Amino acid sequence: MDELQELLRPLLRGTVVTVELAVISTVLGGILAFAAGIGKLSGNWLIKGLAVIYIEVFRGTSLLVQMFWLFFALPLIGISLDPFVAGIAALSLNIGAYGAEVVRGAIQAVPVGQYEAATAVNFTRRYTLWNVVLPQALVEMMPPFGNLVVQNLKDTALVSLITLTDLTFAAQTVRNLTHESIPAFTATLVIYFVLAMIFLAGMRALERAIARRVGVAQERARG
Amino acid sequence: MLFGIPWDTSSNLNFAISILPILLRGLWVTLQATVLGFAIALMLGLVLAILRMAPYRIISWPVGLFTEFVKNTPLLVQLYFLYFVLPDFGIVFPAFLTGAIALGLQYSGYTAEVYRAGIQAIPRGQWSAATALNMPMLLTYRHVVIPQAIPRIVPAMGNYLVSMLKDTAILSAVTVMEMLNVANIIGDRTFRYFVPLTMVGGLFLVVTLLSSALVRFLEARLPKDGIPLK
Repeated sequence: MDELQELLRPLLRGTVVTVELAVISTVLGGILAFAAGIGKLSGNWLIKGLAVIYIEVFRGTSLLVQMFWLFFALPLIGISLDPFVAGIAALSLNIGAYGAEVVRGAIQAVPVGQYEAATAVNFTRRYTLWNVVLPQALVEMMPPFGNLVVQNLKDTALVSLITLTDLTFAAQTVRNLTHESIPAFTATLVIYFVLAMIFLAGMRALERAIARRVGVAQERARG
Repeated sequence: MLFGIPWDTSSNLNFAISILPILLRGLWVTLQATVLGFAIALMLGLVLAILRMAPYRIISWPVGLFTEFVKNTPLLVQLYFLYFVLPDFGIVFPAFLTGAIALGLQYSGYTAEVYRAGIQAIPRGQWSAATALNMPMLLTYRHVVIPQAIPRIVPAMGNYLVSMLKDTAILSAVTVMEMLNVANIIGDRTFRYFVPLTMVGGLFLVVTLLSSALVRFLEARLPKDGIPLK
């Protein structure tokens, strides 16, 4: 029994690191997603250009390449990042770029009549965005956001390759201690799966809460 | 020197030019892994999708759980699982093949969902009409369902192909000599990581933009009312 505990302890410690990474990078990625997604629709060419370049670069290259670049390449031009910071930065920037496309798509899906009505009652552009467009778009964003949150959770496994002791790293440790691969990796896969289900359930609860606040739920129920 | 090709470290530009052919060798492996992995994902995903829609819960339920499990756990851990566990059963594959299987396995979870959504989007009336004409199940799939499902399936599959292309970089973790691993080896030997890693990022960007454009092109040329199977 003590031996089992000895083996489970690294996995649990790794799970804590994985959850920390996933939560922090999801929140930061969400902020980036709104900034870049709204920025891509901006009338200002500089903001629009920056948003497009950011989205294309981070969606067009591998997350692992981005992570290695931040961790191994940046120090050579004088910017050294702690592995945790490099990992968080790569994960947030990557998932933020994917999220930006979701934000842009959802905003563009808001019917044009809503903008016209807002103009008719003399709302400013900013007021229209925050109080008319985004609340409706937010409801549409939630299901794809749920997928991205799980995607990001799975992506955290890559930080083990830049020396962070997350769950995947712990699986390797346990494998080296026990010289057995099946229990170490099976337990790890199961923990990731359970975490993914918890994250998905959390996102669904958030989705319902937002829909209720915005009032879409009742509208949909009435059909 | 790698693959018999020397590098020139006299300046960053010369270094970049001299390692480009080496990185392109790696890119070739990247593309091969993508093609093989995607072929596996397309076939395994179809099997999973059909089994998941089976009318018997004893089949559909475990297949559904397997699909969800594969989809919701990290590729890297699945890769380690195959890489370290298969040899325990006496199955020893080269790292490249293990990597392609891992890619195929992870993405079969996604492709299965695409097939299922594509097939379930076929209106019920089509099934009823086939039944009314006394068409057997297999013929119904072949002549009615699949031809109409293809235009709905192709765009989503294209996106996953591009996504898989980027995920091949993960195979570097099990010694596959794809582009990222090649860049790392160059970095290890020259202590210059900046140029090779930046070039790998650039090459990935070029290849994904090109393949996305190709997918859009194919998408636009697909007849919307279906493709007859000969």
